[in-house]
Amino acid sequence: MTTVLALPRPRHGAITLATARRILVQLRHDHRTVGLLIGVPTLLMILLRYVFDAPGAFDRIGPMLLGIFPFVVMFIVTSIGTLRERTSGTLERLMTTPLGKLDLLLGYALAFGVLALVQVAVVLTISMTWLGMNVPGPLWALVLVAVLTALLGMALGLFASAFARTEFQAVQFMPALVLPQTLLCGLFVPRDQMSTALQWISNVLPLSYVAEAMHQLTGNATPTATLYRDMIIIAACALLALVLGAATLRRRTD
Amino acid sequence: MLHGLTFEVPRGSIVGLLGPSGCGKTTLIRSVVGVQIVKGGTVTVLGWPAGAPGLRTKVGYSTQTPAVYADLTVQENLRYFASVLGAPKGDVDRVISEVGLEDARRQVAASLSGGQLSRASLAIALLGTPEVIALDEPTVGLDPVLRQELWKLFYELAARGTTLLVSSHVMDEAAKCHRLLFIRDGYILADDTPQALRTRTGSEDLEEAFLRLISERQVTA
Repeated sequence: MTTVLALPRPRHGAITLATARRILVQLRHDHRTVGLLIGVPTLLMILLRYVFDAPGAFDRIGPMLLGIFPFVVMFIVTSIGTLRERTSGTLERLMTTPLGKLDLLLGYALAFGVLALVQVAVVLTISMTWLGMNVPGPLWALVLVAVLTALLGMALGLFASAFARTEFQAVQFMPALVLPQTLLCGLFVPRDQMSTALQWISNVLPLSYVAEAMHQLTGNATPTATLYRDMIIIAACALLALVLGAATLRRRTD
Repeated sequence: MLHGLTFEVPRGSIVGLLGPSGCGKTTLIRSVVGVQIVKGGTVTVLGWPAGAPGLRTKVGYSTQTPAVYADLTVQENLRYFASVLGAPKGDVDRVISEVGLEDARRQVAASLSGGQLSRASLAIALLGTPEVIALDEPTVGLDPVLRQELWKLFYELAARGTTLLVSSHVMDEAAKCHRLLFIRDGYILADDTPQALRTRTGSEDLEEAFLRLISERQVTA
């Protein structure tokens, strides 16, 4: 017997919001993780300030790290989080429901975007008041670059989780994907002083554009064309990683 | 790997999938709920190909290992899945009382006992009153009293017209089903009512019936 099924009404907005809320509630139960997410970058920033102990150097490096911290943290949190969804069976269960892949991805993006905003706000406030970090560029642009970078880290983490079977493996992806980018992004050595081959590699790594954007903000009081270009590149990379991540979520598996 | 399985499940009945672990019960259930890659053959649920978008609110599914968020409370888990499914308000309370988890509703899933956890997972499958419910080993690790209560619930659901596909490797549960599929190594050994299987094999015990069917098959093969 064939039943007439009413076409499901699109309620994707509601499902996305429910997913974001669920992820935030999960975090609310985990005070220690939230504490680490906010506390560790703050602590590192304080450490950095006194290691350099020269206003000029901290003004240059500080903003770059402001972009890199959320990137690293979101990468780890998302890769482990989605790996758990895959291994605990909750992803399989969700795949039998009306939830679309995009609902899940946007739900993660929304929840972790909020988290990134809080993280950046705390680190930025402490850096600019107590630590005396001086950034001539507009604040909104600084926050936007940091949040876009956090979303990039999130999207890459989601993608990487598809290639890990265990949490041990997922954690190892962090140094594998993040450290080379950190070394080549211009944080330690300006990119134009690197060998041509390294510059080429650096050119295709998204974190290089984060470092460049932050550099633009520390050198210019008004947004430059390079800054806008970098923001677009970071956003495009985040989107690409999100699409790749979506491709790894399958409704049907073996 | 499943071979040449052909069977139909009548509405409003409880169909048991019986067989040793690794025989293909989970693969079969996953095919019905539409998360298994099916290489050949067709799986039709309520007249639709398994996994069709229109079925996603009509088919409830509970995996063998409880699929709940360990860091959320029972209530928070249910609220999330209820909003994903678009289940009516009050459904969360309904399913909590149906599986008897009222006392544990504010408990984080990670702190639940094994039996509570599998009931929490079962509760999710009941959200939105699906027409078909596929349960993979729903009574594993439950004490006899709880098991009996769950079977009472299954009968109630069936009486309301819900179709249940329940897998188990415990033979004493087989007798409780309206219809049984004995599966071994990906083949269906038998598809009949428990009474008919007893008559056919001439054994009162279903475990015995299963063994006889295996040896019959080996003789003919």
